[in-house]
Amino acid sequence: MTARIGVVTFPGTLDDRDALRAVRLAGAEPVSLWHRDKDLKQVDAVVLPGGFSYGDYLRAGAISRFSPVMGTVIEQAKAGMPVLGICNGFQVLTESHLLPGAMLRNNHLHFICRDQKLRVENAETAWTADYTDGQEIHIPLKNIDGRYVADERTLDELEAEGRVVFRYRDFNPNGSLRDIAGITNAAGNVVGLMPHPEHAVEPLVGTGRTDGLGFFTSILKKLVNV
Amino acid sequence: MARVVVDVMLKPEILDPQGQAVQRALPRLGFEGIADVRQGKRFELDVEGPVDDAALARIHEMAETFLANTVIEDFVVKVES
Repeated sequence: MTARIGVVTFPGTLDDRDALRAVRLAGAEPVSLWHRDKDLKQVDAVVLPGGFSYGDYLRAGAISRFSPVMGTVIEQAKAGMPVLGICNGFQVLTESHLLPGAMLRNNHLHFICRDQKLRVENAETAWTADYTDGQEIHIPLKNIDGRYVADERTLDELEAEGRVVFRYRDFNPNGSLRDIAGITNAAGNVVGLMPHPEHAVEPLVGTGRTDGLGFFTSILKKLVNV
Repeated sequence: MARVVVDVMLKPEILDPQGQAVQRALPRLGFEGIADVRQGKRFELDVEGPVDDAALARIHEMAETFLANTVIEDFVVKVES
């Protein structure tokens, strides 16, 4: 039996269909989860996709953090279940304190949409094992609240523990401190990043590359080998 | 009904590009002499029942867990008469 990977839809989520598709293309079984579900339908891992959950009306990701589904996701993530937060999902993870720091409005105040070069800094997390340390990948980026901030002590700790998973290369699109595009928790099961790997899983669309597929094959391999 | 105000501001060390954009616009509009602008949020809560210590403690908890993200923001709770 293959791994079941849940994708949560909040009101305002945009990229759930792409995430479900990416899961299926990687060979796992995609499972739709609704923000009101407390029950995770026996999934082995969860993706929190991009969009503007609850309109980002208070702060990006702040209201979703208190949805019924997140109560269970937070509990399970702390117990070791792999969770990937993409864009708004990353914002939900910082608001949930599953990942340190916070996400703020881009330093130039514009919504930005571009193909972004990233450097994979940690290929040992649950979601990055199919990459290699130092590998450069191109995946789409689209956001207005993509500026990662944390205090100096937290940033130093993240660097020292190898928990900066992705860094922007060539161009910092939002003023993120230390060019951080994605981070992981201490256990390596929770990963959040601003750019969108689920939009780069088929050669026909997105960047024209499939650099994002590795996220979904990484987790599938991890879960099947477990 | 009593009103309680929660003011939320980005911490001083956090870059506030929205405030900066406002500050840069001021001279163009003829408003000189403003050295810095920071933009925050104000929540006006109309509270049912008395605003006693217990109610204020609950509002403080609400501000700390939800209205403000204390990783990046400070907040102040005030009772308006």
